[in-house]
Amino acid sequence: MASAQSGTLYRGREGMWSWVAHRISGMLIFLFLLVHVLDTALVRVSPAAYNEVIGHYKLLVFGFGEIGLVGAILFHALNGLRIILVDFWSQGARRQRMLLWAVVAVWIVLMLGFVPRQLMHMFGA
Amino acid sequence: MTSASPTRIPEPTTRYRRTGQRGINTEMLSWLFMRASGVLLVLLVLGHLFVNLWLDTGVQRIDFAFVAGKWTSPFWQTWDLLMLWLAMIHGGNGVRTIINDYARSPRTRLVLKGLLYLASTITIVLGTLVIFTFDPCPAGADPSLLPSICK
Repeated sequence: MASAQSGTLYRGREGMWSWVAHRISGMLIFLFLLVHVLDTALVRVSPAAYNEVIGHYKLLVFGFGEIGLVGAILFHALNGLRIILVDFWSQGARRQRMLLWAVVAVWIVLMLGFVPRQLMHMFGA
Repeated sequence: MTSASPTRIPEPTTRYRRTGQRGINTEMLSWLFMRASGVLLVLLVLGHLFVNLWLDTGVQRIDFAFVAGKWTSPFWQTWDLLMLWLAMIHGGNGVRTIINDYARSPRTRLVLKGLLYLASTITIVLGTLVIFTFDPCPAGADPSLLPSICK
């Protein structure tokens, strides 16, 4: 129930923070996308130029950056599906909080799968 | 007493519009597009990440020959082309919403959206040209960097 203590259903709660995280992750992904199309476009310059630049993605610092990127993409994807459910599923708006915790849970499971795999690639195991 | 313009009460089932605009509701279409493209992008992007970052040795094996191997297949060309267009329009539309929300003066909005549309258009055109004009065996390149099909 909305009250002066707990605030409204939205502000300062799961609804607002998922919206903030969706914006920030979306903005970061878009900026990466612009760079990623440019670096891929180097295949039209020469194989050597492409290999030179894509080689940076194999550095350790980029490996950690890829973990952040995948984390942002997975959150944006899962929360996007949650938004679709809120908009189109008859129970969506009522269950939006439970849906966010489901998003967080699936995100954690997927990251627990991806991060060790990425660390293996990074450290050549 | 009769009035020249009597009050008209719309049918209860008539849908109202918040804005007085006529014609196609582009903001509604933009809202719908975000959801439709979002579902497709979940599949396209997660598939892209799975193949390029998860399988084999992940990003460590990506080089010109790897890209050439993918883009000699119409399947991956179509995949990447669709992903490029949908992601750029989805992302560009998202940034447009962010600009509308935070840029207060009309002039700032105009400048920021101008830059956004320019960068998005260049990126989409460049990416599309790269996919369609890609040559897996460019003349004069170091043969050791080329895929095996060029031999």
